[in-house]
Amino acid sequence: MKEALNIKKILITLFIFAFGLLFLSPFFWMLSASFKPEAEVFRYPVQWIPETWHAVENYKKVWFGTHPPFYHYYWNSIKVVILTTMTSIIVSSLAAYSFAKLNFKGKDILFLIVLATFMVPSQSLFVPQFILFRWMNLYDTHLALILLHSFSVLGTFMLRQFFLGILNDYLDSGKMDGAGHLRIFTHIALPMVLPAIATYGILRFIWTWNDYQMPLIFLHSIDLYTLQLGIRQFADENGQIYSLQMAAAVLAVVPLLIVFLIAQKQVIEGIQLGGVKG
Amino acid sequence: MMKPVRLKETTVGYLFVAPLLIGITVITIIPILASFGLSFTNWSLVSGIENIHFIGMNNFNRLFHDAVFMKSLVNNLLLLAALPFKLAFALFLAIIINKYIYFKDFFKIVYFMPFISGVVAIAIVFRVMFHPTYGPVNNMLMSIGIDHPPGWLADMDFAFFSLIIIFTWIQFGFSFIIYIAGLQNISRELYEAASIDGASAWRQFKHITLPMLSPTTFFLLITGIISSFKIFDLIAVLTEGGPANSTMVAIYYLYQRAFVNLETGYASAISIVIFAFILIITLINWVGQRRWVHQ
Repeated sequence: MKEALNIKKILITLFIFAFGLLFLSPFFWMLSASFKPEAEVFRYPVQWIPETWHAVENYKKVWFGTHPPFYHYYWNSIKVVILTTMTSIIVSSLAAYSFAKLNFKGKDILFLIVLATFMVPSQSLFVPQFILFRWMNLYDTHLALILLHSFSVLGTFMLRQFFLGILNDYLDSGKMDGAGHLRIFTHIALPMVLPAIATYGILRFIWTWNDYQMPLIFLHSIDLYTLQLGIRQFADENGQIYSLQMAAAVLAVVPLLIVFLIAQKQVIEGIQLGGVKG
Repeated sequence: MMKPVRLKETTVGYLFVAPLLIGITVITIIPILASFGLSFTNWSLVSGIENIHFIGMNNFNRLFHDAVFMKSLVNNLLLLAALPFKLAFALFLAIIINKYIYFKDFFKIVYFMPFISGVVAIAIVFRVMFHPTYGPVNNMLMSIGIDHPPGWLADMDFAFFSLIIIFTWIQFGFSFIIYIAGLQNISRELYEAASIDGASAWRQFKHITLPMLSPTTFFLLITGIISSFKIFDLIAVLTEGGPANSTMVAIYYLYQRAFVNLETGYASAISIVIFAFILIITLINWVGQRRWVHQ
């Protein structure tokens, strides 16, 4: 039965659309202010389309005009995020496969311990982690951030659910062919849960990119700052120049929005599945 | 024949979980034990290991007479005041978008965007929008006849309220997306049967949607409490607990004591109290899921 276009449904859609515009108005305001010369940023009523375009000058100033330059923060973030995501996927998928498909003594207890650590809020660990990392000479390094984000209980739990869904017959056929466990894992099991790994990888990417607390506590040198610390630093230095602050904010949000728009299905499903942030 | 195979599987099993277990031990288990130990000392991390002195429960006694810490706990509770409204509105919007409109997927993206956009950038944008003299929000208020609009984040009486608005705006998409998933799990046949019986939309909502969504609502309530307890980034960027501690929350106070005042022992006591709170909420979650939630 095909649904006819109905007036009521169109009206409600338009209303929700208008409300959506209002809901996202901070983003539009940010974008529009980042294109304006400073003198026009606060003109009221708000000019959503700038009267004078100052976009190139603003973005140039943000991108090249700071010390260290803004792209330096970008590079730091990209480095940390990619290494974290890769390490985390390797660590979690190995453990998840083992918990789901291999038999060894003490498995259930170990899994319970892993799950129990999920209850510990990351913030209650800052102080001892800080002491420990300083002692290991990892304070003020990117490696510290990568290590702090690489051992995810949530990721392991999510992937385990997917490995559990694989029929043992597939794995057994690998054993028949004489393949070792590592080969069965990389050639049979892993390809079957690739969508789940992609989902987790994208979430890990977003969480690590947005992380502010860990870099704030574990980084000291401005050269090592990730983007989140970088925009804060930039905003503090340019306290009175709001058009530049908005341009910096846009630059921080855009890569995320691109990732989100490309992978929105995975992101939304992953959030619905994992249900938790962190 | 069987024996070597099993032995091998055991070894491989341990090898595969080893990286995760070693990581969790170093990153979580040792630190939480250390936190417990340190919470009974008056150590400062700059003073060298030989200066650790055991002071029993003193940190905890001091904590419960610490007016700023008490204020921060009250603020954490106040932060929850917006939660029921947020959930109710998220459910309302989820129902409309799930059933009554076109381009469902597009609207999911729209309302979810703030949640993934990164708190620091959002905080900077809101700081400018809420600017007491130049900001568009106050300009608008003045244009509709409010001559003395509040100073928002700079105003002691409004700073916390402003934070609640921004926090709710960021978190809204999460509740909304989870409710959409919950709604899609309700079998259509229930509604069809109700329609045949002549139940009104309101009665269907009250007797089908709401009860079927009770696990979702309970889950959102618990995660909402936990995430409001963990609020840090917004405060760190926008107010640093001020003006005059009006926006101080437990985690930010912990951060200040640990990394500004360098009171390692005292900060550890704060982290143990926070840990205990979250543990209690998690236990309520476990018990509650079995007892109060319709399955």
